[in-house]
Amino acid sequence: MRNIWIIAGREFRLYFVSPVAYAVAGMFLLILGGLFAAQLYAGLQFGQVTPDGRIVIDPLVTILLFATPAITMRLLADEQRMGTIELLLTAPVRDWEVIVGKWLGAMGFMLALLLATWIYPLILHRLTTPGIDQGVLVSAYLGLVLMAGAMVAIGVLISSLLNNPVAAFFVTLLVLLFLWIVGVFGRGTGSGSELLSYLSFVDHYYSNFYQGLLDLSDAVYYISLTALALLLGSQVVEARRWR
Amino acid sequence: MIQVEGLTKYYGRNLAIQGLTFDAEAGEILGFLGPNGAGKTTTMRILAGYMPPSSGSARVAGFDVVDQSLEVRRRVGYLPETVPLYPEMSVSEYLTFMGSLRRVPNLDDRVEQVIEDVRLEERSESFIGNLSKGLRQRVGVAQALLHKPEVLILDEPTIGLDPAQIIEVRKLIQELGKERTVLLSTHILSEAQQVCDRVLIINRGQIVAEDTPANLQAQLAGGERLRVQAAMETRELIDLLCKVPGVTRAEATGVEGVVELASAPGHDIRPDVARRVVEGGFDLLEIRPVGISLEEIFLELTREEASAEAEGVPGA
Repeated sequence: MRNIWIIAGREFRLYFVSPVAYAVAGMFLLILGGLFAAQLYAGLQFGQVTPDGRIVIDPLVTILLFATPAITMRLLADEQRMGTIELLLTAPVRDWEVIVGKWLGAMGFMLALLLATWIYPLILHRLTTPGIDQGVLVSAYLGLVLMAGAMVAIGVLISSLLNNPVAAFFVTLLVLLFLWIVGVFGRGTGSGSELLSYLSFVDHYYSNFYQGLLDLSDAVYYISLTALALLLGSQVVEARRWR
Repeated sequence: MIQVEGLTKYYGRNLAIQGLTFDAEAGEILGFLGPNGAGKTTTMRILAGYMPPSSGSARVAGFDVVDQSLEVRRRVGYLPETVPLYPEMSVSEYLTFMGSLRRVPNLDDRVEQVIEDVRLEERSESFIGNLSKGLRQRVGVAQALLHKPEVLILDEPTIGLDPAQIIEVRKLIQELGKERTVLLSTHILSEAQQVCDRVLIINRGQIVAEDTPANLQAQLAGGERLRVQAAMETRELIDLLCKVPGVTRAEATGVEGVVELASAPGHDIRPDVARRVVEGGFDLLEIRPVGISLEEIFLELTREEASAEAEGVPGA
């Protein structure tokens, strides 16, 4: 357990000396802030600001899709490219501790980003009476954290498979996009449509968390996806030793 | 301290090492000598717990490298050939990170101590990415020493260093070898000769010779060799010296009047050679024993392998 925190701590701190991380955080907050300001401005012009914290959540979900691969791409791919993984794997550390530590470090950065976006709902709350529905907001953020956890885990898995961070970025983006749109096909009828919509990343989010409903089965979906990706990632690290 | 038996490793279908068997005692500096691609790095990676072998077994400090990998890794300090370090960390940050993974007690003091040992005090806050190759090598050595390991595995520790640094690192290794087992790979023969208690010569994944540097020389020289120079024609000199009892071979060296003699071991032919030349009425200019260097042994052994391969040995 201690090893996980040590590895996670290193990764987390690394984000604050890495230009890529600053670029991601800057893009993340700039786009979000811009959209928020535009919406607020439009609302004020018509004399009515929608008292709904989710005007922040909607673009956030899309931004996450692009930010996640950028956050996770170098976690293992870079170590494998530079060979630094050799010293990590000859330290008395288990393979899964490396994977979980990397995931946790990236999650730490992700949580810091998500936390920073709380400022917008807070502004909205001050501007409107009677304020925004805080219950819905908390539920939406909770779902977002769970979803981000699964997305980062997938990013870690793909980073472990590749030796090139740029490749890891694009493959991760591709996989996340696939999980994103797969639900659209599930909207139709026919065999497998239920499975497809179960697999869908967004359906689990928008149908409950987003509405302020906490459904255990959605949480289970994200958590098991996270666990599965991390388990596979550990297997990949071990398999690479055997080559 | 290290016991290796029948160690074999394939990369896909490529055979990297085949049936390596050797031991290293506690407090011994064992040299691993071979040309590039001979399987040195593969063997060291297996012993350091980085990768499992395809077959065969290896025990380090009494623990199996596959079944008790974590125990092995706790007791081994490893310096990989390329010295892969995180460029975006400072020296002390990096050592603190590795030390905490290894549960080094009193970590801060220990980090300070190893930084002093490898003389990096002035660069301890520099980013590793900004260090020269030689300084990075020292960080790698510091990392390997951090947890006071029983076994040190150093893959080409002097490669890429300048001559002064090479001497320093060799001194350091000899120092370290007094109290722990050191396995060191190199393709520099004089280094093995100078530093190691025992040398394993490895070529094409197999051990071709194993002994102390001194014994290897004696054994492979196959007796004494003499260089004789006289003021006469080479041809005549050869004819003359062939008849000396004990001489097994006399050959021209290409220099007029200079001949190299090989003789059976344990028989000093120098007095006879001198007498024969002088009695023949010629001026003897020089008699000098020629030692065969590790360099020649090495070339000899690896050449045999190469020619065996040319004859169509399978697996080559």
